[in-house]
Amino acid sequence: MFRNQYDSDVTVWSPQGRLHQVEYAMEAVKQGSATVGLKNRTHAVLIALKRASSELSAYQEKIIPIDNHMGITLAGLTADARMLSRYMRTECLNYKYSHDSVLPVSRLITTLGNKMQTCTQRYDRRPYGVGLLVAGYDDQGPHIFQTCPSANYFNCKAMALGSRSQSARTYLEKHLNEFPSCDLDEIVKHGLRALRDTLPNEVDLTVKNVSIGIVGKDVPFTILDESATAIYLSEIEGDEKRSRGPGGAAEQDIQPPQPPPADQGPQDPQPAVAMDTE
Amino acid sequence: MIAQNTLKAQVSQNMAFLGEANRYSPFLAAQNDSFHSASYDLSANTLVPDIYGSQRSQAPLTTATSVVGLQFKDGVVIAADVLGSYGSLARFRNCQRIMKVNDNIILGAGGDYADFQYLKNIIEQKILEEECLDDGFSLKPKSLHCWLTRVMYNRRSKFDPFWNNFIIAGLEYGQPFMGTVDKLGTAYIDPVIATGYGAYMATPLLRKALESKPDLNKEEAIDILTKAMQVLFYRDARSFPKYQIGIISKEGIEIRGPLTLESNWELAHMIG
Amino acid sequence: MSSIGTGYDLSASQFSPDGRVFQVEYAQKAVENSGTVIGLRGKDGVVFAVEKLVTSKLYEPGANKRLFNIDNHVGMAVSGLSSDARQIAETARTEAASYRAQYGIGIPLKYLNDRVSMYMHAYTLYSAVRPYGCSVIIGAYEADGPVMYMIDPSGVSYGYYGCAIGKAKQSAKTEIEKLKLADMSCKDLIREAARIIYLLHDELKDKQFELEMSWVGNHTNGRHERVPFEIKAEAETKARQAMDEDSDSDTEDM
Repeated sequence: MFRNQYDSDVTVWSPQGRLHQVEYAMEAVKQGSATVGLKNRTHAVLIALKRASSELSAYQEKIIPIDNHMGITLAGLTADARMLSRYMRTECLNYKYSHDSVLPVSRLITTLGNKMQTCTQRYDRRPYGVGLLVAGYDDQGPHIFQTCPSANYFNCKAMALGSRSQSARTYLEKHLNEFPSCDLDEIVKHGLRALRDTLPNEVDLTVKNVSIGIVGKDVPFTILDESATAIYLSEIEGDEKRSRGPGGAAEQDIQPPQPPPADQGPQDPQPAVAMDTE
Repeated sequence: MIAQNTLKAQVSQNMAFLGEANRYSPFLAAQNDSFHSASYDLSANTLVPDIYGSQRSQAPLTTATSVVGLQFKDGVVIAADVLGSYGSLARFRNCQRIMKVNDNIILGAGGDYADFQYLKNIIEQKILEEECLDDGFSLKPKSLHCWLTRVMYNRRSKFDPFWNNFIIAGLEYGQPFMGTVDKLGTAYIDPVIATGYGAYMATPLLRKALESKPDLNKEEAIDILTKAMQVLFYRDARSFPKYQIGIISKEGIEIRGPLTLESNWELAHMIG
Repeated sequence: MSSIGTGYDLSASQFSPDGRVFQVEYAQKAVENSGTVIGLRGKDGVVFAVEKLVTSKLYEPGANKRLFNIDNHVGMAVSGLSSDARQIAETARTEAASYRAQYGIGIPLKYLNDRVSMYMHAYTLYSAVRPYGCSVIIGAYEADGPVMYMIDPSGVSYGYYGCAIGKAKQSAKTEIEKLKLADMSCKDLIREAARIIYLLHDELKDKQFELEMSWVGNHTNGRHERVPFEIKAEAETKARQAMDEDSDSDTEDM
């Protein structure tokens, strides 16, 4: 069942000038487990929450290294992220081959954005159903970029994606001004606390479900092993958890598009946030 | 529900009708898949010769002779004359071949002048694209040297080389850089480089000068280079007394000339 | 005739019975949801100003530019879906580069306008693609003076002295019409452009915004450049003052 007549293809504009297929793809990002990216003056850090699909399965890796100076974490369709990461790796490698230096992060994101855009404009494609946080380090310092299925991308001071990530964003916004002057350990701990804020009451961060990626000045992109992760986790253990309401997360994520009232005929859904057009 | 194939057929049919307007067809641009790499086509040619039955370059036509370069304490100077030779004929008297690439790179070229002009255009477009991005990054000499090496080697591997010798000079993170690449893709980095005839005649002079005083300043480097140009003018039959000097240092880029070399041929009648 | 529910508005390759292509009109709607962008063409140059809406505190300032350099001498200001717009900018750059490679000079804006609008128009012809959800303004300073064009998602384009796209384009046009553009210099235009963007910004609906400005003219030697920080800051201060005076007089009226 379609919600309305205008949401079956990416090639169809709604009368309000929206692309529902793209907006639905944006929803896929909110289904993924939460992930946080932030930076200080010298390093960029990715913190991701891993999920296991069953008790017998391993935790799905959330952080993908791209090059020595870059790594990504994803929320949404993992398979789509793997396609994008392959593209990013190829681009970095080609640049290194032809220019003997690292591909500036912003340039990679620009070409990635253009690649993703074509999928939002053609009948025979669908948008990539994944949001990425890209952490990179180049001549201009550390960077955190966010990409969306809409092919928009944002240069961020800090960002969180995935399910219940609004709580993490609230944490990040609250501490935003502290980040630049933090040292690496502190920034990792901020990231862990932000991620912890997205968890329901009965769940906690463990070395199994947390992944930490770091890149920075003289530090090639590294995913921390369990023992290093354990140290960081123990250091935030004493901190007070943000108080949560009885229902779990205090703040609700932005709601997905709601079905229209039944009696009014075909209508656009009204998500809280329309597709970014700014 | 409409079968996807039917629609795909419709799409390709539409393309057939486009004719001349193909260029503006939405179906051409976006067809490259994820495996297409954006911007690193190293063949540096738009008119690729067919594998069989086409003429490849086997000899240069209008040529320019040596380029010489010398690093000093906080920069690099390079020099080259402005003669375009047609075989042994001194045919063009103002072929300038030292160019400013961007604020951190200068480049000097010898060999086939048309090939140089062609690559110069490509490099200029590359820089223009970068300026348009306005993202604060600018090409560094090491990167251009690497890129040119890839281009030159790529073409030599097709047995269709660009018939040039290049010297790329600049500042890499504030440090002087000088590298060279020839038509075979042979490339190296050195504080003293001379191409063509200069490789035989000028390199020993420049090396000796640098060894006796490793901490050259700009004026000393220019003097040594001018001397080398003069020696080359005396001995190289494809050289010319008008030349240019390119200087890159923290103060910026300066391309001097065409300047005139002093020479004295009074002894000439005693030879031969 | 109404469009919604008729079934004639689901494809760019379909006319409605009264001869309209609704998909193109809907794409134009997308532009109207976006921040306001104005282009002013004075006597010695063209000035662009963009109201770039900032939706999160977490974004770095100055990112996601809406003003692009197309070539040394050509600037582009965009409104609408920025991912679509970047694609248009890329196309324009390719066209400008191809002209330069063939003719050895920068592309005259007239031809660039032709090529880019042809390109955008091609996306209004087929059901397999959608029209671009962005409008662009291109400007340059050429031998016989400043030139400026605006291209619509439909591929239609016109030359302009002053134009506006995005959210507040109607009121922006009203403000622009009050100016004597043909007599104004870039210096004056910058001040007016900043004032108009500040005036039209809707603080209730869109809290934060960044003003982006660029120009191309005699004083930049025909190069398209971002307006230097000090000049922009001064124009912004003046714009804010003008706003304050405005609101003061409002209260007096009450």
